Amino acid sequence: MIEIIEKSEIRGVTNEMRLEFAAVSDNEAFARMVVAAFLAPLNPTLEELADVKTAVSEAVTNAVIHGYENRCRREDKIGMYCAVRKDVLEVTVTDQGVGIENVRQAMEPLFTTRPELDRSGMGFAFMEAFMDDLQVYSKPGEGTVVKMYKKIGLGSWIDSEE
Amino acid sequence: MDEEFKVIDNYLMIRLPDEIDHHKSVDISAKADRYILSKKVGNVVFDFERTTFMDSSGIGVILGRYRKISCFGGKVYAVNVDSRIRRILLLSGLEKIVEIME
Repeated sequence: MIEIIEKSEIRGVTNEMRLEFAAVSDNEAFARMVVAAFLAPLNPTLEELADVKTAVSEAVTNAVIHGYENRCRREDKIGMYCAVRKDVLEVTVTDQGVGIENVRQAMEPLFTTRPELDRSGMGFAFMEAFMDDLQVYSKPGEGTVVKMYKKIGLGSWIDSEE
Repeated sequence: MDEEFKVIDNYLMIRLPDEIDHHKSVDISAKADRYILSKKVGNVVFDFERTTFMDSSGIGVILGRYRKISCFGGKVYAVNVDSRIRRILLLSGLEKIVEIME
């Protein structure tokens, strides 16, 4: 499922990177830092940078807590793929965890399957709010793919004005 | 930078770390709950002075502490909130239960 989705969109990419890391909560900060570093050459504004970092944090946290059921085992892996097409950043976060039975319900604000872990149910809502586009593919027992897009460009526009 | 806790009268002051994500939030919640139970504090003040990053896990921390103290009439406050944190609080509808102090 994951391969088909990734192969369909390789045209027009100016830069890309692929990463795999253990599904442990320490790597939430790591994933944010990697995306921020990858994004830096695009000259993002602080706002854009914070938006992307928040969205990535949500997606990776979802994979750790829900995809891999908060087991924090090193054998469980999260994949992150970042690509730039002109001024649009794509971030894809994948896991081979339990998957989501009802994606639409999972994406509803405040819906959570883990209230006992103090989860707010705002993860997908934040991804939607801070990115321009969000697509979620999931199959129970196979895993979840979260694709997010955001146009990055206000920074270079400000530079050229000066 | 780790979070810091201080009890002043009936208030638990939590000086939050620079980044609040799922990894950090588990610890903050557990420690806060120990203070709430053992020191019998009625209100919680979240201080965002050092905080440069927060995701929805931070919302869970605030919401969870609110649930613990609100049944006894306690209140939750947020101080030193910058525009980013404010946006996240508003986006989650938390301004209804958290008093944001200027």
